[in-house]
Amino acid sequence: MDVSRRIVLHFPPLMTGQPVVYRLARDFDLSFNILKASVSPGEEGLLVMELSGDQGNYDKGIQYLTEAGVKIQSLSQDVIRDEAKCTHCGACVNLCPTGAFSLEPETRKVLFDHAKCVVCGLCVKACPPRAMRLYF
Amino acid sequence: MPKTIAEINEKVKRGKAVVVTAEEVIDIAREKGISKAAEEIDVVTTGTFSPMCSSGAFLNVGHSKPRIKLGGGKVYLNDVPVYAGLAAVDVFLGANALPDDDPRNKFYPGEFNYGGGHVIEELAAGKDVRLVATAYGTDCYPRKKLETWINLKDINNAILFNVRNACQNYEVGVNLSDRMIYTYMGVLKPKLGNANYCTAGQISPLLNDPYYRTIGIGTKVFLGGGVGYVAWHGTQHNPNVPRTDKGVPKEPAGTLALIGDLKQMRPEWLVGTSMLGYGCTLTVGIGIPIPILSEEILSYTLVSDSEIFAPIIDYSEAYPQMKSDILGEVSYAGLKSGYIEVQGKDVPTASLSSYPKALEIASILKEWIQGGKFLLTELVAPLPGAESGITLKLLRERPIVE
Repeated sequence: MDVSRRIVLHFPPLMTGQPVVYRLARDFDLSFNILKASVSPGEEGLLVMELSGDQGNYDKGIQYLTEAGVKIQSLSQDVIRDEAKCTHCGACVNLCPTGAFSLEPETRKVLFDHAKCVVCGLCVKACPPRAMRLYF
Repeated sequence: MPKTIAEINEKVKRGKAVVVTAEEVIDIAREKGISKAAEEIDVVTTGTFSPMCSSGAFLNVGHSKPRIKLGGGKVYLNDVPVYAGLAAVDVFLGANALPDDDPRNKFYPGEFNYGGGHVIEELAAGKDVRLVATAYGTDCYPRKKLETWINLKDINNAILFNVRNACQNYEVGVNLSDRMIYTYMGVLKPKLGNANYCTAGQISPLLNDPYYRTIGIGTKVFLGGGVGYVAWHGTQHNPNVPRTDKGVPKEPAGTLALIGDLKQMRPEWLVGTSMLGYGCTLTVGIGIPIPILSEEILSYTLVSDSEIFAPIIDYSEAYPQMKSDILGEVSYAGLKSGYIEVQGKDVPTASLSSYPKALEIASILKEWIQGGKFLLTELVAPLPGAESGITLKLLRERPIVE
């Protein structure tokens, strides 16, 4: 049985040099359609894509990604920070109901802990430079 | 030991000036003592990066062929209305202006995603901006309609002129009511759900020169990534406020009117900004050098967050109703700790002013001076101090009887 799902992949900073998507195609015979990619050296990488193929292969591919340290979310909703737009003012820090934002004590830069985000969207409209984006 | 600006500039030109940021100077003076630090340090750089609503730009878009008189007509840039009460092709683009069809707060809280501040950012980024104008037509300016793209590099003049920037201290906003409120101090959660503040504290320009000894009319500054000047004291400049022993105002006090060439500014330091339920504005990056002419001037730059206090104001009632009640005073060290206590409750804090960006500005200005390409200026005239007798006047409303 074939499946096709839209997923959000979060790569840890050290992994952005690896040919992960290529291996999905080669080793698991999955086809992919990249919807959005944001990869910068030394930063968390983000890839939004549609992944399609045989259910068994799809599951193995997801297992490979998970074991490789990639965090996977379904694309139904996701809040993403546009690093180029964030001015690190900190207006979001005390608004977020789950405490997904914090200040790095040394630099006072705003950290966004994606794992704590429940996609309520409060930060999206309240962010003064509109750096937070809601993706469906 | 007193130095002059001319002496400091000689060192700047030779690449020998000792320049430190307003953050670095605190530890240096603690280590070396004030006299030695004042002797060694030539310049302390300050910075701020905050939403500053009274910002805008005068543009001269050039004459079309045939000519059109925009003055007295209606002019839009990317659908944002600009002021056209000037000569034929001069207009003023204000940071708070909104497109006519923006729903504003009809769908509360309004999002205010695009306004004058965003147009300024796009101009600075070198993007094309759509000019749409209608005019009444005259013998010498016959044309009545104009629609064209304009670009910052092609127009004659673009002068950023902000009549109130770099406020010396600011209030802390909280909300005592039982509903969420949407203010220029950000989204304030009900029943003291959060507390927002808005200055860079210990590195903010006027907090490092509380009596305006070195910052005054004619001072050359970092403005929006380019070079600007202090043109005047800003609107609502209010030096007569309570101050600490070291002169630091305990509430909003001095302000600056700044001017500079928008053409050499950068979009990363002029950021179009949207305040949910409030409106559009411009976040402006400003850095001001303080020449260390004496030990006294150095001692002012040593101000730290624990010595700067701000009043806590309820934005659900006291602020809108113009009541003078304050809920207490809190230090910036307290604000930056993450929580302050208000009415016995621990309230989480947040800043609308970016400290990391303010520090980056102070560091860039430091590099400019160290690199010999930014010379300091002599004051043309000082800003009005407490002796000026300036006070902030409320609007006294008088009935109009026809």
